[in-house]
Amino acid sequence: MIIYLAKRFIQALLVLAVISLIGFTVQDNLAFQQGLNAGSAAAYNVETDAGFLTKYFQFVSGAIQGDLGTSSFFKEPALTVILKKMPATLELIFAAAVLVGIFSVPLGIFTALYPHHTISRLILSVSVLGLSVPVFVTSILLIYLFSVTWNILPSFGRGDVVPIVGYWETNFASWDGLKHIVLPAFALASVMLPLFVRLIRAEMRQVLKSEYVKYARARGLSPWRIYFVHALKNTLLPVVTVGGVQIGTLVAYTILAETVFQWPGMGFMFLEAVNRGDAPLIVAYLMVVGAIFVVLNTIVDVLYSAINPTVNLARMAA
Amino acid sequence: MALLSVQNLNVKFGGPFGAITAVNNVSFELQKGERLGIVGESGAGKSITGFAMMNLLNAPGFIDRGKVLFDGQDMVRLNERQLRKIRGNRMAMIFQDPLVTLNPVLTIGQQMVETLMAHRRLRQDEAEFIAIQKLREVYISAPESRLGQYPHELSGGMRQRVIIAIALLLDPDLIIADEPTTALDVTTQADILELLLHLCMANNVGLILITHDLGVVCQLTERVMVMYAGEVVETGKTREVINDPQHPYTQGLISALPQQTLPGTPLKSIAGYMPSLLSLPEGCPFHPRCAYASPECTRERPSLVQYRDASVACHEVNRLHQETLVE
Repeated sequence: MIIYLAKRFIQALLVLAVISLIGFTVQDNLAFQQGLNAGSAAAYNVETDAGFLTKYFQFVSGAIQGDLGTSSFFKEPALTVILKKMPATLELIFAAAVLVGIFSVPLGIFTALYPHHTISRLILSVSVLGLSVPVFVTSILLIYLFSVTWNILPSFGRGDVVPIVGYWETNFASWDGLKHIVLPAFALASVMLPLFVRLIRAEMRQVLKSEYVKYARARGLSPWRIYFVHALKNTLLPVVTVGGVQIGTLVAYTILAETVFQWPGMGFMFLEAVNRGDAPLIVAYLMVVGAIFVVLNTIVDVLYSAINPTVNLARMAA
Repeated sequence: MALLSVQNLNVKFGGPFGAITAVNNVSFELQKGERLGIVGESGAGKSITGFAMMNLLNAPGFIDRGKVLFDGQDMVRLNERQLRKIRGNRMAMIFQDPLVTLNPVLTIGQQMVETLMAHRRLRQDEAEFIAIQKLREVYISAPESRLGQYPHELSGGMRQRVIIAIALLLDPDLIIADEPTTALDVTTQADILELLLHLCMANNVGLILITHDLGVVCQLTERVMVMYAGEVVETGKTREVINDPQHPYTQGLISALPQQTLPGTPLKSIAGYMPSLLSLPEGCPFHPRCAYASPECTRERPSLVQYRDASVACHEVNRLHQETLVE
C-alpha cells in the first residue's frame, strides 16, 4: 500500500512536471507579449534574456517554493490570490458532486430497473437535454426561473460566509450561504448528472444480467438486497473511475458557472485574469488546477481499491 | 406423493419472429432423495428445464403451459414472495461456472450468511457457525478464515465447493445442478462429482443433474432423461438407457463416446446438426438426422410410449429393435 502510494506520488510529480512545462511555455510567451505592451517584465522573477532551460529552471524552482510570480493586477503573489479564491471553488465543486451523487444513483437505478416506465423515459429525455445544453445556458435559465420569475433563490455571489480557517470561508454554515450555493451547484451538476445517470443505468442493466445476480435470486434473496448490495456495488466500480476523471472536468466547468453567477472563485478569477492579461495569475491557475486534478485522481484510485477487492494495491506496486 | 412432479411443461422465448418453444411438453417425476440426470446437446433445453423448476427464467423466456409441482405447490402459480421462500431454501441450485457465479465484491462469508438470513432468523455468529460447518462438509481447509476471503482468492474447484456448501446450507429437499463441472478441469471434476453424490446420499437430497456428459450421468444418477430440441426423446433407469438405448438419438449419443471407438479410428458422431428451434422440422424433430426415418416420421410427431423398461418417443422403435437383434 505504502509502496503503491509512493509510486503514485512519483507519477503525480511527473505529471506536474509536464504541466509546469506547459505553464512555463505559456508564461514565457505571455511575458514576451506583455514586455512589448507594458514592459512589465519586472513583475516576474525571470530574466527575459536568459536561455530557455535557465528560465524554465528558475520558473520551476520558484514554483516549488510556492512562488508562481506576482499578479500584475492584484499586486500580490499569484499563489496567494488563488488560495484566497480556491475555497469558494472547492465548495462549489463539492456541492455539485454531492448533488450528482444524491440524484444520479437513485435515478440511474430506477431507469435500469424500469426501462419502459414513463418516468424513466422522461428522465432519459431530460438527461439528453442536460448533456447537450451548455452550462452557461442552463445557468441563465436557472437564474431566470428561480431568481427573476419566482424570486426564491439569489442569483449571484456567495452570500453570508462563515470563516473557518485561513482563507477558507464556508457557504455551508449559514442559511443564506446555502441558498446562494444552490443555483450555481445545480448549474455545474447539470453537465455531470445526466452523464452519471446514463452511466449508472447502463452499468446496472449489464450487472443485472450477470450470473451472480441470477444466483442471488436462486438463493431466495430479497430484491432489495439483490439491487442495492449485489448489483449496486458492482455498478459503482466503473462509476468511481469515471467520476475521478469527471471531477477534474467539473473544475474546468466552474469557469462558466462561476462567471454567470459571479461566484468569487478561481474560475471567475481566471476569466478576469485572461481579460486583464494577468499572465502570472493565468499560469498559476493552470498549475494549481493541474495539481488538484492529479491529487483527486490519486484519491479516486485509492478509493477504488477500497471498494473493489480484486484490485490489490500491494500487488500493483510490485 | 412425488417430491417434484412436472406436467406438460412448455417454455417459450418471445422474439421478433414470434415465440419459439424451447421446452416442449416435458413431464417427469422425482421422488424424495432420487437423482435424475437430464442429458442432451447444447440447445436441447436442459438448462431451461432446470431453471423452469425454480421458475427462474430470464426474459424473454417464460413458462407457457404446464405445472411444476414441488411438494404439491405449483411453482408456476406462486408469486415472487412465495417463490423466494422455496428458492435457496427447499430447492437449491448449483450453477455452471463457479468463476462467475459468486459475486466478486462480497466475501464468501457474506454470501453464505445472507443466504441463511434470507430464510431463517439467525444471529450473525449463529449463521457463521452453520456456514463454517457446511464448508467443512465440502472439505474446505481452514473454513473459519475462508469466510473473510473474496471469491477471486479461491480456485475454481474451491469455489464450486463453496457453491455446493451454499446449496446445502438450508438442508434442501432438491438440488438442481446445471453442468456443475463443465468449467472445471478433469481431476477437479471427479472430486466435485464424488462430493456431490456423497452429500446427496448422506442427506437424502434429491438431485437433478443437467449435463451433456453421459459418463457423469452413469456415475451419479438413478434415472435419466434424454432431451433433443426441447423434447424428451427417451427416459428410464440410467443403467438400462445407457446399456440398451432405444431411441436412435440416444444410440447415436452413446456410440459417439470416445470409449466406444477403437484407438486409431475416427470418432463417431451423429451426422448433421440439431435443428434451429426457429424452424423445427415437421414430425419427429430428429428425423433429418435419423437413419431409420420412415415417411411417418416426417409427418407425425412421436409421443413417449412405454417400451420395455423405458419410455421412448420414436415411431420406429419396434422395427429398429428388430434390426439390431438381426445384427
